[in-house]
Order: sequence, then structure tokens, then C-alpha cells
Amino acid sequence: MLSRVADSLYWMSRYLERAEHTVRMLDVNFSMTLDPSSTSEDARWRRLLLALGSRVDEWDGDSYALVHTLTHNESNGASIKSCIASARENARQVREEISSEQWLQLNRLFHLVTNGRQSAESQQPEDFLSAVLDGLHLFQGVTDTTMSHGEGWLFIQVGRSIERASSIAALLSAYELGAAPASPSEETPAGSHMFLEWMGLLRSCTAFEAYCNVYTADLTESQIVEFLLLNKDFPHSVRYSVDRLREALLALEQESGRLAPQELVRVAGRLQAALRFVEITDVLQGGVGEYVGMVMRECRQIHNVLYRDYIHYSVQTALAM
Amino acid sequence: MSAVAPRFADPFLRDYFLGGAYDEMFTAEGEIRPQYRLLLDTFRSLPTEELLRRKHSADTSFFTQGVTFTVYGRKEGTERIFPYDLLPRIITGAEWRTIEKGLIQRITALNQFLADVYHEGKILQSGTVPREIVYSCKHFRREMRGLQVPRNVYIAVTGTDLLRLNDGSFAVLEDNLRVPSGVSYMLSSRRVMKRTFPNIFREYGVRPIEHYPQVLLASLRSLAPEGRPEPTIVLLTPGVYNSAYFEHTYLARQMGIELVEGRDLITHNNVVYMRTTAGLKRVDVIYRRVDDDFIDPLAFRADSILGVAGLFNAYRAGNVTLANAFGTGLADDKALYAYVPAIIKYYSGEAPILENIETFLMTDAKHRQHALANLDKLVVKAVGESGGYGMLIGPHASQAEREDFARRIEANPRNYIAQPTLEFSRAPCLMQADASGTSIEPRHVDLRPYILYGDKVSVVPGGLTRVALPKGSLVVNSSQGGGSKDTWVLDD
Repeated sequence: MLSRVADSLYWMSRYLERAEHTVRMLDVNFSMTLDPSSTSEDARWRRLLLALGSRVDEWDGDSYALVHTLTHNESNGASIKSCIASARENARQVREEISSEQWLQLNRLFHLVTNGRQSAESQQPEDFLSAVLDGLHLFQGVTDTTMSHGEGWLFIQVGRSIERASSIAALLSAYELGAAPASPSEETPAGSHMFLEWMGLLRSCTAFEAYCNVYTADLTESQIVEFLLLNKDFPHSVRYSVDRLREALLALEQESGRLAPQELVRVAGRLQAALRFVEITDVLQGGVGEYVGMVMRECRQIHNVLYRDYIHYSVQTALAM
Repeated sequence: MSAVAPRFADPFLRDYFLGGAYDEMFTAEGEIRPQYRLLLDTFRSLPTEELLRRKHSADTSFFTQGVTFTVYGRKEGTERIFPYDLLPRIITGAEWRTIEKGLIQRITALNQFLADVYHEGKILQSGTVPREIVYSCKHFRREMRGLQVPRNVYIAVTGTDLLRLNDGSFAVLEDNLRVPSGVSYMLSSRRVMKRTFPNIFREYGVRPIEHYPQVLLASLRSLAPEGRPEPTIVLLTPGVYNSAYFEHTYLARQMGIELVEGRDLITHNNVVYMRTTAGLKRVDVIYRRVDDDFIDPLAFRADSILGVAGLFNAYRAGNVTLANAFGTGLADDKALYAYVPAIIKYYSGEAPILENIETFLMTDAKHRQHALANLDKLVVKAVGESGGYGMLIGPHASQAEREDFARRIEANPRNYIAQPTLEFSRAPCLMQADASGTSIEPRHVDLRPYILYGDKVSVVPGGLTRVALPKGSLVVNSSQGGGSKDTWVLDD
């Protein structure tokens, strides 16, 4: 497969994952404003900006303006509209590599966010967000059922997993968890105010119900961190994403018939092992912020090595092989 | 126009007119030509609703296949569906045999001409073609002098534009020897027609064209550099914003070869590689859909980002084949065109089978005087342009436009030629099809067959018939409002 094609598929996938994450964050934040809480609305919006990697000084007290910036503003490269437009542009460059059904669905989604502007402003933001979310889910389904699960599909998996792992890590970091007692046994379940905050955190990762299935509705800080960081079965946990990432990278190594990218698999394996064998108490002791910081650094490193080995490799190294 | 041109009583033909140009379906007396009888009877007898249903299904088919071209001049390239007409254009077996022979004769001679001019230049020494025409041509590439190309084939792919004149014979309007496009429309129109009118298609015994991509691939493979038995072949596209991008993806898919852009290729030690996830892969043959000027920023236009730095040196070193070769534009310069009959005669000793259109060279003082005095009757063309750009159609132009062209001709005579305004043939088109009824009218058409040159010269029986859809229009280019129809070459 051409490196340019792999590059486009990878970024198409990352942009869509980013759009999905932003949609969910906004949706959760909207519903949280309905209930009184110890955390002010102000603090919540700042936290959201921090989690999305945007500049916190974009918040000027006007929630409608901010929502517009995050959904429809074209000059904001991280807005939902920009993300979906960028994903579509990447797909357009490799039109012959993806299925017609994928192209059709991505186009539909693009028209929903570009033409739907008036309707988006007149309708409830929640309705708009849930329509976009449906469209994104549909695209994932169409991708899995209509595209060959070969190299191209694997690059899509890699892009999605990296983006997801880093977004959840950034979200955990923005919540500044870990101020609680280091020993989980001393913790008590949250009171009604904190309950809402933490439910919001879980719902930002579609994790509320899945969490309850494992830990019951007792929300404690350490269990939430454990679930979002270390759960092996839940698709929006960091560990799950990194497991899938390493799987895809190993498969890619075989598909492309390359021997060189051992470093790539090694770096991914190091992160995977860290998440697999760490104890939650160790994470809490060292500080959650520290730990997710490590996760984000490792994800960046994987991205860099991926690019160095598959996409922007130098001619000399390629000829030496 | 003759005043006594016959009219038809049949409502299906109520707007049909004859006179002047050759009509593909009727003789001048209004008799139907035998090969069109079945077609006309079938269409006439179809109930309106049935015809509308089939038209709708053909529309949908074009739409879902994504058969589009890009219109330039907008912020982002705008994709349009290629306009088409449901009535096929029919060419009899005998007519086709003449066309085929004529094209093979012409392409063979033009290829010999290029090989000669880029080597010994015998034809120039003989005086058959004046040196100044060759050396002043902007598509002449000095860099090609003395370069041996595989099998001596310069023009692997040609799309020659033919017109049918009033006497029924076909003549060559243009040889498109650089990067001719349109073949994907030929192939997709055929697919749609077979699906829409299967019965009549079967009854006609139309010769197939579906093997075109395979013949193209075989031609390209036969042109691989020596000692590369399993050559890697790629199609080089300028990218998504090119007007023919659809065609590039279509052909790459049909041939099963990689579609690459300039940025996917690199050269190292005069070898071309493509950058894949499995490392660098050597490329042997490039079917390039990028113009000469843009192909290598080191050798040609330095501002080109579509090309590959160092490609030309790799080509000169014989490590990669380009199809078509560099510098083929020399042989489709519109001033050189006037010499093609002499070129054919020089190399083959035969008279040309397909005639040229009468051409006045503006470098010739007598021709120029004649042309300037008759600009209102002539078509003036810039010699290095194609696609209907840079043209003056005398009878339809304003006084100011004609004066402007007269000044330009005086300033740079080598850059222009003039030809008589041609009345070329008209074919029936379905111009009205709605609930109130259906009727057909004649519209001007040309024909672009595609000629492939690998280990031999071959012509796929058919071509792209382009239609000037507005009434009376003579411009068939898709960029200027033209459409297309399927072309049926009969197996008789």
C-alpha cells in the first residue's frame, strides 16, 4: 500500500474519533448544567476545554458562543465540523481504497454538519449532537462490514486507537483526580454533588452503565480511574484501546512484510505491559496526572515511530533494507 | 441549407430537420439508412412511460457509478455528472474498417516521424517538413534528442478526433498525442446502455470494447525497460483536483495498478521508486496523465508540485518508461498537422486513408492574407492548445473578437492556424423526454477512437462520440457544454 494512502486512512480515522469524543463531551456537559453542583459552570467549561486540548482562555463566559466554536466554527480546526471535513478530505484522496458505502456515509455526515447549520441553531443542540453521533457510529459499522480487513483497515484501527487512548488520558488529566486517600478501602462513595460530576466523567466515555455492571452504582474515585484506565473489556478504556493498537500494529508488520518496525511493536508493547500489570494503588500513589501523562507521551512516541517506519521514512534507511 | 429539406409527419420526428450537414440516420432525401432502422423503430414504439423509466434508470446508473468530471474555475473543483444521450451512434463494419486502417496508418507514421526527428532527422533533410516548424514548436523537446525509447514507441495512447464531412467520409480534426482523456466515459456509457437496452443491443451485434483496460495494460507492459520481466506499472495522476481524476481512478482500478501522485514517487541513482508501507518499490512503467511541463521540476517547470524530481534523468538512463514519451506534443502541433499527409506519404509511400481538414498556416503570407480577409468564415486555433480553449469561431464571433484575433495573428503568426468552418455530421439525440411526449432532433457529433501502441498498434472498435447539445452548436468539448453517446460498431 502506498504510504500516502496509509497516511490518509490513518488521519481520516483519527479525525472521526476526535469528532466523536467532542460530541460526547459537549452532550454530557449540556445535561450536567441542568443540576446544581459544587463545581461551577465556569469550571466545567474550562475543564472541557482542557480535556479537548483547546486553549482555556477561549472561555469568556458565553456558553453558546463556545458551543458554536466547538461545533460549527470552521476556523477552529478542532471543531466537530472541521474534524468531519478533514476526515472527508482525507477519504477523498483515497476514494479508490475505501468502499462506496463508506464514502456515501461519510458524505452524508459531512452534509449533516455543513448544511445542518440553521437547523442546528434552531433545534436543541442535544438533537444535533445525537444525530452526528449516530452518523459516526454508522460509519464505524459500515467500515467494519464493507471494507476488506487488510492493511488499510488496520491503519484505520491504529488511528482510532491512538486517538481514543490519548483523549481518555487527557480527560482523566483534566479532572485532576487522585486527591482522594491513597488506599481505596478508606474511600466512601460520593455524595450527590460529586456523584453528578463523576457520572459525567463516566458518561463522557459511554462508561456509566458498564461501570455499574462491574462496581455497582457506588462511584468512587479510585474505581473510576481503574475502570477508565485499566479495564480490559470496555472499548473506551485506555487499556482496551492500547491492546487493540498493539494488535493492529503486529498485524500490520505481517501484512506489509516488513521486518524493520520492531521498535514500533516494542514501544506499543511497553505501554501495553504497563497498563496490563500496574496496580491501581500504584497509580494513585504516583499520581493519576503523572500516569496519564506517561500514557500520552507514549502515544505520541508510537505515532512518531509509526511515521518514521511506514510513512515518512528516509530513502537511505529504506534502501539499506 | 437547402430550402426543400424534407420534414417528417411522425410526431417522434416532429422537430427533426435535414439539410446542410451529413445526417447519420437519414440520407439527404429523407430515406432512413438501413443500420438505423431497428433503432428508430424500437424507440418510436416504446411507450412514453417506458422510455422515461429507462432514461431514469440510466441516469441513476451514471450517478451511482460516480461518472463525473470537474469544472474548473470554482473555489473547490466542482464535480458534475457527464451529460449523455440515450441514442447510440451507429458505425457500420465497412465504415469502421476504413477508420481503423486509416488510424493505424496515421499513428504509425506519426510515431516514425517522432523517432526520426528526435534522431537523424531525415525527413527534415528531405525538406518534406520545414525545420523551422519543428524547432519553433513549443512541444518540441531538445532533451529527447538521441534518446532510445523502448520499442521505438513514443505514442502509446492516442485519442484522435474525427469528423464526418458532408460527403460521408471521415477526416481527422486533431491528433491528441499527449494525454488524451475520455475513455472512461466510453466504457461507462457502454455499461449503462447494455443495462438499459439489452434486447436491442443484442440484436445489433455490437463489437465489444470492454477489453480496453486489458489491452492498455498489455501495451504498457510491452514497453517496460529491457530486463524487467515482471514490470511494476503505475498511473501517475495530478491529483483529486484534476478534471479527469475520475478517469484516473477508474482506469487504475480496472487495470489493477497503483494510482500514484508525484509525491508518492522518488528517484535515487536514476531509479524511480514508490513509497509504500512495505518500503520503497521500484517502478518500471509510468502511464502518466501529467503534462510534459509538470513532470519533473528539475528538468522542466521548477514550480511544478505535480511531478517527480529527477524523473527525467531516470527516463534518460533507460530505467523507467513513460507513456506517452516526452515531446510527443510536437506531432500534434496544429501547424505541423498541415504536414501530416506529407509525413504519411514520406514514411509509408501511401496516400493517407483519412483526410486532413484544409488548414491555412499563418506563417505563410498568402494563407495569412486570405485568412485575415475571411475571418468571419474561418475557425482560428492557437497551435499548442487543446480542449476547445484559445479558439475563434469566426461566424459566431463579434467584430471586436475578430479584430482582437487579427492583431494576435499579426503579432505571432507561428502561434495560429485557420480552418474553414466545418459542417460536420449530425446524429439523432433524444432532446425531449417528459410526460408530455418524446421526440428526437439532430445534433452535431464527432468521434474519438482510442489507439493503443505496444507491441503492435490496435484500435478498440468504438470510441467516444461527443455531442454538441445546444441546437446549432459545433462545440463538443465537455468543458464547454458537450455531452456524449455510446458508439456502436457493428460486426457485419
